[in-house]
Amino acid sequence: MLHDLSLDVRAGELIGLLGPSGSGKTTLLRIIAGLDAPDRGRILFGGDDATGLPVQERAVGFVFQHYALFKHMSVADNIAYGLNARRRADRPARPEIKRRVGDLLDLIRLSGFGDRYPSQLSGGQRQRVALARALAVEPRVLLLDEPFGALDAQVRKDLRRWLREIHDRTGQTTIFVTHDQDEALELSDRVAVLDHGRLEQVGTPDEVQEHPASATVMKFLGDSVEVEAIAEGGRVLVRGRETPVVAPAGVIGPVKLYVRPWQLQLAEPEAAHLTGTVRSSYRTQGRQRIEVADAEGHLLAVEDFDGVRYPAGHPVGLRINGGHVFG
Amino acid sequence: MSEIFSPAYVPSAKPDSVASEGAATRAVLIGIAVAFLALFLVLPLIAVFTQALSHGLAAFLDAFREPDVWSAIRLTLTVAAIAVPFNVVFGLAASWAIAKFEFPGKSLLITLIDLPFSVSPVVSGLIYVLLFGSQGLFGGFLLDHGIEVLFALPGIVLATVFVTFPFVARELIPLMQEQGTAEEEAALTLGASGLHAFRTVTLPNIRWGLLYSVLLCNARAMGEFGAVSVVSGHIRGLTNTIPLHVEILYNEYNFVAAFAVASLLAALALITLVLKSVLEWRFSGELAGGRAH
Repeated sequence: MLHDLSLDVRAGELIGLLGPSGSGKTTLLRIIAGLDAPDRGRILFGGDDATGLPVQERAVGFVFQHYALFKHMSVADNIAYGLNARRRADRPARPEIKRRVGDLLDLIRLSGFGDRYPSQLSGGQRQRVALARALAVEPRVLLLDEPFGALDAQVRKDLRRWLREIHDRTGQTTIFVTHDQDEALELSDRVAVLDHGRLEQVGTPDEVQEHPASATVMKFLGDSVEVEAIAEGGRVLVRGRETPVVAPAGVIGPVKLYVRPWQLQLAEPEAAHLTGTVRSSYRTQGRQRIEVADAEGHLLAVEDFDGVRYPAGHPVGLRINGGHVFG
Repeated sequence: MSEIFSPAYVPSAKPDSVASEGAATRAVLIGIAVAFLALFLVLPLIAVFTQALSHGLAAFLDAFREPDVWSAIRLTLTVAAIAVPFNVVFGLAASWAIAKFEFPGKSLLITLIDLPFSVSPVVSGLIYVLLFGSQGLFGGFLLDHGIEVLFALPGIVLATVFVTFPFVARELIPLMQEQGTAEEEAALTLGASGLHAFRTVTLPNIRWGLLYSVLLCNARAMGEFGAVSVVSGHIRGLTNTIPLHVEILYNEYNFVAAFAVASLLAALALITLVLKSVLEWRFSGELAGGRAH
């Protein structure tokens, strides 16, 4: 289910469609590919209207989450499929197809695997073959639907980096769908955040993180704490104490302030915006992460480089060093 | 009939699981199953062959000197040669439609495909008598134009098609549903036409399931008695299929000949069984209900 949205993908860019499941990101990708038809609206490739074009003529490369390799064909035949499916007049000669398959096998670092069958490959290798198969037809745009979704964490990371390398080398315009923020932020030139079929924000990874357009984007891009606050004259006050946060123009009165864990800092009660007691504290990836419960029992997560460990039940004050208020 | 549609069902062996029974219980259960099979399947099969050979090999072979037997064999082969391809086409179309698209009336279609299994074969035959008999719905029209349906090849083919059409569809629907549409979609995005995708992707994926169902469909088409009996008219040398001819010989107390001809059907059943087992053993992952690799 998609609502009015307009997304302009630039030639040669790698754009990530990010959103929770059911946000419409896969639907959008399938509509671009021509696998699903929109009720209304248009799909333009360059200046050409592709809305009415059947999927075969759109010249897109589509990579599916579960690879969708042809089980009964060798790796080489899988990659050559799109070339072999062409009409005789447009089909490259046999040696030319063979050469191109060889080049693509080199590109996906599976030289020598041409005669194997998909069932003999690991998940990561299969997805690389699927990518080579899509690239073989020299698509105008490459569409990846949760390409790493079915892979385990380590393979995912390797493939991500590798996809970025391939993109930088080929300059292939690429749209990929993911529900993983880290993946989208690490890989994309620009990120498009979707929710409930609406486009919430499009921007570079830095833009969407530093200036999230809405609470949805803010919440979806990482952990955040919701704090009751008052906005007046552009300033944001929590429990009567001023914070460094700037309220958008025209926003006045009670508001919700969204704060990232690393924008909270342990502080003396007299300098604190919030107070509570420590619930637990543990070390993760070189940081101290402390979970604090406020008087109403809401959990606040704090990330701190300070190595102090507080026992559970210890009263603490928290200082707000940043955050966002939305209109 | 349901056992036909659960090929390759092999219970997983878990010797020490909680669900395993004591040795005595197992022995009793296995004993019952084996005894049942021996009594109802193996014994009759042996009986067919012993009766057929009871007066020696010469008498057995004599039964096949009869021209009527050869005409029955020819007719049976002809009927199967028409009905099976017809049902392959129907089965492919129906399972493609059901597995790959959503449309209103889909579940009704699935129910209708099962109809021949729940209707008595005699009723299946009678339907065609009601439609094409001289008193039937189209009887007058057919008579005026000199077209013979009942008591002729077309009637026998129609009845056989009706009785056997679920076989291919029932095997292919779950198989295609399990395989989904991703591979076909991949083929289309790579520029393949629908037909090309069907030929190069869909068909190879279902080939063993298709062969399996053709085997069963063929066995039933050749062995069908009830529906064919109603529409055939039992004209010796003309409209008798092998099963019908067996009945005639039997009613004439020509037991050796009856069982000799019946042994043909029994042999067909055994060959089908062997081929079916080979397919299940070799390609269990590519049949409906089979376990994926």
